[in-house]
Amino acid sequence: MSFANGMEFFIDHSRCIGCEACVQACEECDTHRGISMIHLETIMRADSVQTAPQVCMHCEDPICAQVCPADAIKKTEEGVVLSSLKPRCIGCSNCVLACPFGVPKYRAEINQMMKCDMCYDRTSIGKRPMCATVCPSGALTFTTREQIERTRQGSAIREWMFGGEVVKTKVNVLVPRSVQRLDVTVERPGETRTDEYDVANLLKGD
Amino acid sequence: MAKPPVSIPELVAEFGPTLNRAPVTGWSTAVEPDHIVKTHCCFCGQQCGIQLKVHENKVIGFEPWEDFPFNQGRLCPKGVKRYMQDEHPDRLKAPLMRDEGKGFVRTSWNEALDRVASEILRIQQSYGNDAFALVGGASLTNEKAYLMGKFARVAVKTANIDYNGRLCMVSAGAAAKKIFGIDRAANPWSDILHAKAILVAGANVAECAPITTYYLWQARENGAKLIVMDPRLTPIARNADLYIPVRSGGDIGVFNGMLHVMIERGWINREFISQHTTGWEQVEEIVKKYTPEYASKIAGVPASMIVRAAEIWGPAPTSFLMHARGIEHHSKGVQNCMAVINLVVASGRIGREGCGYAMITGQGNGQGGREQGQKCDQLPGARDIENPDHRKYIASIWDVPEASIPRKGLSFVPILEAIHEGKIKGLLVISCNPMVSLPNSQYIREALEKLEFFCQIDFFLSETARYADVVLAGSLMEEDEGTTTNVEGRVIHHQKAVDPPEDARVDWQIICDIARRLGAGDKFNYKSSHDIFQELRLASKGGIADYYGISWERIDREQGVFWPCPSPEHPGTPRLYEGGNFAHPDGKAHFQPVEWKPAAEETDAEYPIILTTGRVVSQYLSGTQTRRIGALVDQYPQPLCEIHPLLAAKLGIADGDFVTVESRRGSVTVRASVVKTIRPDTVFVPYHWPLERAANNMTVRAIDPISNIPEYKICAVRVTKVAPPEDAIAHLEMQAGGVR
Repeated sequence: MSFANGMEFFIDHSRCIGCEACVQACEECDTHRGISMIHLETIMRADSVQTAPQVCMHCEDPICAQVCPADAIKKTEEGVVLSSLKPRCIGCSNCVLACPFGVPKYRAEINQMMKCDMCYDRTSIGKRPMCATVCPSGALTFTTREQIERTRQGSAIREWMFGGEVVKTKVNVLVPRSVQRLDVTVERPGETRTDEYDVANLLKGD
Repeated sequence: MAKPPVSIPELVAEFGPTLNRAPVTGWSTAVEPDHIVKTHCCFCGQQCGIQLKVHENKVIGFEPWEDFPFNQGRLCPKGVKRYMQDEHPDRLKAPLMRDEGKGFVRTSWNEALDRVASEILRIQQSYGNDAFALVGGASLTNEKAYLMGKFARVAVKTANIDYNGRLCMVSAGAAAKKIFGIDRAANPWSDILHAKAILVAGANVAECAPITTYYLWQARENGAKLIVMDPRLTPIARNADLYIPVRSGGDIGVFNGMLHVMIERGWINREFISQHTTGWEQVEEIVKKYTPEYASKIAGVPASMIVRAAEIWGPAPTSFLMHARGIEHHSKGVQNCMAVINLVVASGRIGREGCGYAMITGQGNGQGGREQGQKCDQLPGARDIENPDHRKYIASIWDVPEASIPRKGLSFVPILEAIHEGKIKGLLVISCNPMVSLPNSQYIREALEKLEFFCQIDFFLSETARYADVVLAGSLMEEDEGTTTNVEGRVIHHQKAVDPPEDARVDWQIICDIARRLGAGDKFNYKSSHDIFQELRLASKGGIADYYGISWERIDREQGVFWPCPSPEHPGTPRLYEGGNFAHPDGKAHFQPVEWKPAAEETDAEYPIILTTGRVVSQYLSGTQTRRIGALVDQYPQPLCEIHPLLAAKLGIADGDFVTVESRRGSVTVRASVVKTIRPDTVFVPYHWPLERAANNMTVRAIDPISNIPEYKICAVRVTKVAPPEDAIAHLEMQAGGVR
């Protein structure tokens, strides 16, 4: 379940600078020209400049496909989860609701779900996806695991825990070496520490 | 007469800025490109490699160029969407003549060029040669920048030519020349990857030089410690090992304080200093009083931060300094740069792998644009216009008597002041939009309105071109061939992708056509831009910025050639100062002692808040191009006033409220963005927008005495919550100066 050239997708959220080059380049990809499939999330701008790009994580056992009543979401032999098949998609949005990463989007104008397909037209012929080619910070990278291990301090993992459910993805995220699995818990308002990047606090000194 | 012929909303309705949202062939992929052109982005000084898709003489899309070594396919959103400026509905496709009460009307090239030439001659006969001034730009290719300098001195015969690099690179350039003898980044970007300590002073790298982020992050993976100085916590500051939220204008406190601690702890390379430098004693003397406590009062940050910075920088085995407009846009901009470069020289870490420094050049050809002779004090090859030998050599290349070359003229801001004072009566501007980019916009508008004649060469009707008598429809970067010199000093080749549309012409031909009408045709007899490059090579030969050994073929083969490159066999010079050999006649680096002084306008009871200005990632400079690209405008449609919640609460301002930011000179009314990522004594407004949304309405017309750069980074303002504005300008589209 991988590309012949051994290339994989890696996300390092700590590198993201929020420039949206990925968003702008995504809509230049030939399979969905004019529509951007990547989301760039700005996380609490009042508190921080942290941003996070969200591509499809291409789950090993895609929840979007599991919940699709029309069997419209297919996975390629390389493990890429594609947009819904037009003749099958009934526009019910089950996938939109079920995806733990918030990736699929229902497009009313064509009554179909579309999502990131890892630029399958490019990756299936040995090229890199548009977003990971242009990303100026290296937050999005398409390369070999060997190259990542050689050039990055963090480790690349692809196992998530959502509540009680383990989700394995094709796309990797870079995390500190101590982390084995990303445990996603929902935080209640007020629980998040938001003063880390408050310049007024930094000016108080130690 | 240099006033808009009809109202601003009427001009906006006809000439934009309007938004281009789709390729000319639509989003369909049915149309295949008939060829792909490997070239470079037209925007910032990174000059990223990019491929343009061309179909039937139209640019229809882009493709990353992964083999170009500097950016390896990486681009920022401006690079991705730059092709949307092609086939744009606002594009000027013929020369235009001002018609009072009617607007701008299409005319023939003969009529337009005759008018320009006759007005130049009339003004010069009435008021003297220097009463006609020229302003060029750092987005021009080396060939065009060279041509503008020659055009001023040989055809127009005026001393008064300058360029908009005056708003960008001159403080860095002057400081580098004083200390090292050369105005250029000392190292190729690949050296950043080998540095163990990196100091980024006053550079919002993530938004203004996005590709450089990759180098910074990769250096950190390799073990580098990153120090970032900025009044705002920018995206690169988020990951810095030490972020210093310096007060705007307080940078010398940090630099001299660091040096003080380095001396105290013995982190000074005294062997290097004695062998390769002069002036250390004066520097050591001056920083004695800059104890961390004293320095912290100037810098407006805790003393512990300054000590920590010294602890990172001082003992590092390798190091790299990068600075940009944050420390350069000050009436002490040169002093700021010299103070931080002293840290490099004192460490002895320069001229080898992983050791050095770079100014981050802002504009596309910010580097080359300042070497070819369109500066008021310069001749080609970065030569000095007051140096008799330099004058003699250039006179021989131009085949004119040495005495006929004018002496040093006025720089950009003083040119506008001379217009305001009635001393300069005529102006020709290319590649520059001073109505948005110069400080104190109201004063600039008054100056333009006093001109007897104003000609602008442009591809869109910029906010400044609205004041012109004649507008000559010029060319976009991709409509002509030539070279630029990137942030590293790498000379690169811009390929022509398409022809200028309809009756628009390439810029160099327009300039040569005017020269012919001024009687200097025999000196401007070029058949191609390559002819100009060949002459430029010769003119630069033996100068500091020596391009003699560079050919367009070599650039293509070697993916750029670094100057100085004195002969065709010479490999070029990616890294300067190897072996501690500096470019002064004595071969040494010259330390410059620096003492802090206040800004031209500090805060007071009436105007108690610091305003600092800058850029956002999706817009470029005065926005003439990027405010016409829908995808980029959507990303950040209108200027916001960033304000800390502590200050906002004191002023009764909530996120999204309309506020008026007002200085002694003018104001803007924009929405507030209440964020904790800025100092509580400072507000920030980005400057890409015109009219009532122009940050430069507030900025102060104070310039550095050496570099003549304006003080964009600090002036005094007050901020008040106001009702939504309802005037005619406010109702324009946001890219035109409206507000929502």
